[in-house]
Amino acid sequence: MDDARENDFEPLGESRPDAELILKRQTTYLGDVWRSFCKNKAALASLFAMAALVAFVVFGPMMRPFDYFSNDYSAINMPPDRIHWFGTDTLGRDLWERVWVGGRVSLLIAILGTIIPEFIGVAIGGLSGYIGGKLDMLIMRTVDILMGIPSLIYLILLMLVMGSGNILTMIISVSITSWMGSARSTRGLVLQIKNRDFVTASETLGASPFWVIFRHLIPNTMGMRVVSITIGIPGVIFYEAFLSYIGLGVTPPNPSWGQLIKAAAEQFRYYPYQFVVPCIFIGLSMLCFNLIGDGLRDALDPKLR
Amino acid sequence: MVKYILKRVAISIGTVFILATVTFFLVKLLPGDPFQNPTIPAQIQEKQRAYYGLDKPVAEQYFIYMGNLLKGDLGYSLKKTGHTVSDIIGMSFPVSATLGITSLIFSVSIGLLFGTLCAQFKNKWPDYLLMIVAVLGIALPSMVIGPILRNLLGVKLGILPATGWEKPSSAIMPAFVLGLGVIAGNTRAMRASMLSVITQDYVTTARAKGLSPMQVVMRHQFKNSLVPILTSLGPQIASTLTGSFVVETIFRIPGMGKYFVDSISNLDYTMIMGLTIFFGSFLVLMNLLVDIAYAFVDPRIRFA
Repeated sequence: MDDARENDFEPLGESRPDAELILKRQTTYLGDVWRSFCKNKAALASLFAMAALVAFVVFGPMMRPFDYFSNDYSAINMPPDRIHWFGTDTLGRDLWERVWVGGRVSLLIAILGTIIPEFIGVAIGGLSGYIGGKLDMLIMRTVDILMGIPSLIYLILLMLVMGSGNILTMIISVSITSWMGSARSTRGLVLQIKNRDFVTASETLGASPFWVIFRHLIPNTMGMRVVSITIGIPGVIFYEAFLSYIGLGVTPPNPSWGQLIKAAAEQFRYYPYQFVVPCIFIGLSMLCFNLIGDGLRDALDPKLR
Repeated sequence: MVKYILKRVAISIGTVFILATVTFFLVKLLPGDPFQNPTIPAQIQEKQRAYYGLDKPVAEQYFIYMGNLLKGDLGYSLKKTGHTVSDIIGMSFPVSATLGITSLIFSVSIGLLFGTLCAQFKNKWPDYLLMIVAVLGIALPSMVIGPILRNLLGVKLGILPATGWEKPSSAIMPAFVLGLGVIAGNTRAMRASMLSVITQDYVTTARAKGLSPMQVVMRHQFKNSLVPILTSLGPQIASTLTGSFVVETIFRIPGMGKYFVDSISNLDYTMIMGLTIFFGSFLVLMNLLVDIAYAFVDPRIRFA
């Protein structure tokens, strides 16, 4: 036995002092997220599809010799053909142009209008849930009050102050009406995890509340939050259509997806293509956002690491 | 726990009081005047304002309103002449609530079922199929899917009543349309929540003990996945039961939803206040119940 042991091991010479060195470059948190995101084929494909959609929204209108606001009364309600690729609407405006130009507003609002209130809501909800006690009570009752005031009232007041029709007003109106939901939801999730061992461990090691909330609690809620962000996007797209109905949204002739659908729904039975085309793009971007969201959920979830 | 609940009830009353105060002054900031009408002589307009006490200073109006509110009097509607706000709410709320409850029972249970299936078959075909269903459910909002269904099932095929609120079957279509978004939302939320539960140690332990897959899913995963759903359920119940402007307009249902929009565009001050107080109390109560339910569903959550 002693002989065998002697032969099995080879003394490591003094010449290799760097044996402990890790040659592979250390990955950052985001690098790691990206690596696991790429493993999900559906999510990666959706990311490319989304990029293509954005490219069309930006460059699509330049591909045809029309614009989104000029009427052509000789070509009213034309079905899709070789000249008007998506057909024309009741005023003879080219729908290819209107769909892509409308996508600019809709996608911009969809993305900013979900991310901004999410940031506000997660920060406030995380603080409320973790600190608890009186602060939690104060914040949550304030949220109750703000949720209770009919949003139409402060939308009208906001319109008076900010003026209507610009993207900034719309994003602010979406943000002030929707951050409360994400604050409540984040707080609920934080309540559920704040008594877990990893939080106690971090507290025992002397971590500041700020560190615990933003380093430990919020990353653990991200999985759920990403899903509600992606599920909320069409709501925001149609909320914009509602805003333009009360005079806060984009003003005609400027299009948006929500407005195109609303206008076409009235005569769906006669000109279904006017309705179907924008619906397909909302559906497609929704599907992409959801698949990307699922991929992100898996990649962000610290429990799956 | 009892002490916590009592304290919360007291705070809830305060919350509704502040909500009423804030709304009262915000409403007065809205542009326009409820009795402004170019076809009516200015003297009569003045009399109308005086009749409803709108000629007094805003602060005085506030104290009069709050005094009446404490007596349980919400006042008369400025626009539906001769009707008290309480009467209008009392007539329309049962309709909206019936429709809302039908819709919620159906949509929440389907949403939870779909979400559980998605999580169990993660990234396999049932997951993708149900996701497409969910995406369709939210990509087609009620203002689009409502008229289409009404014309198809109600007018062309004549299976269900197209509009109105006379027969029990009148509730089916609007309840379905109202529930689509809830199904989609709950499916996605339940899937995500359950996926974060599936990897927990106690689930592995349950499996190792030899419980059947059904028992593991129902007893150990399902209940523990409910917290995030509960959070969104509070406001969801409050807003669904108080009616939807769009669905009620499409199906001509005499519910409460239309008053939320109409009263604001008409500047019917007393109506706006009554609805806000009613909805606010409902919302606060629901959020209180949710907070209590947290502790029952997940014993790890404790409130001091």
